[in-house]
Amino acid sequence: MIDLTAITRIFHMGDQVVRALDDVSVRISSGEYVSIMGPSGSGKSTLLNIIGLLDKPNSGNYALDGKNVTALSENEQAQIRREKIGFVFQTFHLVPRLTAAENIELPLILGGIPPKDRCLRVDAALLAFELQDRAQHRPAELSGGQRQRVAIARATIMQPTVILADEPTGNLDHHIGGEVMSLLEKLYESGTTLIVVTHDRELGARAHRQIIMRDGKILTDQANDPA
Amino acid sequence: MNTIDTFHFVFRSLTAHRLRTILSASGIAIGIAAVILLTSIGEGVQRFVLSEFTQFGTNIVTITPGKVSTHGGSLGAIGSARLLTIEDAIALKHSRYTQYTNASVMGNAEIRTQGRSRRVTVYGQGPDFSRAFNMQVGIGQFLPDDDPRNPRAYVVLGSKAHTELFGGDNPLGAILQVGGSRFRVIGVMASKGQILDFDLDDTVFIPTMRALEVFNREGLMEINIAYQPGAPVEAVVDDIKRVLVARHGREDFTVIPQQQMLSTMSTVLNVLKFAVAALGGISLLVGAVGMVTLMHIAVAERVAEIGLLTALGATRTRIRILFLMESTALSTLGGLAGLMIGAGVAWLLKLLVSNLPVNIPWDYVLGALALSVLIGLAAGVIPAMRAAKLNPVDALRTE
Repeated sequence: MIDLTAITRIFHMGDQVVRALDDVSVRISSGEYVSIMGPSGSGKSTLLNIIGLLDKPNSGNYALDGKNVTALSENEQAQIRREKIGFVFQTFHLVPRLTAAENIELPLILGGIPPKDRCLRVDAALLAFELQDRAQHRPAELSGGQRQRVAIARATIMQPTVILADEPTGNLDHHIGGEVMSLLEKLYESGTTLIVVTHDRELGARAHRQIIMRDGKILTDQANDPA
Repeated sequence: MNTIDTFHFVFRSLTAHRLRTILSASGIAIGIAAVILLTSIGEGVQRFVLSEFTQFGTNIVTITPGKVSTHGGSLGAIGSARLLTIEDAIALKHSRYTQYTNASVMGNAEIRTQGRSRRVTVYGQGPDFSRAFNMQVGIGQFLPDDDPRNPRAYVVLGSKAHTELFGGDNPLGAILQVGGSRFRVIGVMASKGQILDFDLDDTVFIPTMRALEVFNREGLMEINIAYQPGAPVEAVVDDIKRVLVARHGREDFTVIPQQQMLSTMSTVLNVLKFAVAALGGISLLVGAVGMVTLMHIAVAERVAEIGLLTALGATRTRIRILFLMESTALSTLGGLAGLMIGAGVAWLLKLLVSNLPVNIPWDYVLGALALSVLIGLAAGVIPAMRAAKLNPVDALRTE
């Protein structure tokens, strides 16, 4: 459960003060499928980064699973990112020198999982995302859809409770994007909280709850019935 | 993240840019190789020179006439130093620790025999000279133990003087003219080689008193005392001073123990060795600059990756360790390669140029290796700090 109370995030651009998030409060229960939409500069990515503990609010409170995480040390926050949060990025962010399998393995290595377990879990993930015959290929040798599948496999390998996706289909064509979304939605169906940031209306409409942002504030926040 | 995984990750980033890794490691390798090679030659020269000087024995004290000192007022009559004489040498013979004494004078003179003549170094030495300085006699005998005030006119030839004047003939008993006087040959020295360009074999030895006549000198050039091995040098010097001050009335001579000369020489050679090592150090420094550049580029290139690692839950400490280890591993590899190259070339030099004194100083080698590890750490510190300080949100935004 994600509980944000009166979160404000201020950026200084030269001598201009930008309120990327202005007194935002939102509560997302476990297992929800939420899309965050809005024009660029509306604060949707900043909100996602704060939920993912990559960014710190200037004021306000953030409780994750009932625990106040704003007050935690950097190392404790890193541990939460490791264990509870999975990121999917628009630009995939695969490590170019590592093979697909090694990229998927990376969170397990950082988490100190013993090599034997790692091997089993990576094999299972490769199978689940239909990447078995691409395991030893480097990102440069993969198609966009395959890359994003590797990235999703990497995001889920630690079995996080929350998946944060920032424009996951932004670099993919319509058809492949749809496939990637289906993969993410499968995760949601298995009980993971899924939060997707997008400015694509069609994509946003697939979520069960839509949050629309403008100028650092939540404009609307309503349930949605995907057709 | 355990240690093996950390090593593996670092190894993968080094092998990702193989050419760049090799080039920047070779900068360190060349530096280390230069340090090792230059210090090897420096150490070799030091050992060579010291052994050349100690071949005459180390328990020798040399007394020379005159002493440099500052006086109040005019020097006047006492200003002129007394000469060292044969009598001084005889007096020192009965000193406590004295093993051998030798009164010495040298100069250049023409020697003639059987229609041949040659200009050689003529030494006036006492009968104990060969024993005091570990000089071996080849044929016949050295100068006999005559009354030093009136010795018989005998000459001993250096081996080169012998071959030049007599060819292969046996010279014993022959008459040799040194300067204006005639001497009878009673021995030939074994070959001794050259020391610092002095040909020790192109010489003849005649009794000191006779040499003074040949050169028309009144005083000796030096007196050498060989003291019993193990005797305290300070006591030996004190004894000499006491005897000579009693004879001269004041200290108008200089006493130099050979050990002191050796330690001075050793100091000079150490400075030389260090200077040579510093020269190699400069090339090491250049390699280090290359490493710092490379690590900066590596961090700049991998900003997005650093952001990703943070998002995946790597702590700042972990990121710092990864980059520090990368630069340390790089420089250590370079150092090891340099060590092998340096030691290999030094060994080859020793093999191919046999009279070039080469000696690998292992303390310098270990020092150089430790230094290369330190260079890696130092080169990595600033880039690693920069990597750890990156804001993950900004880092993830870069491509």
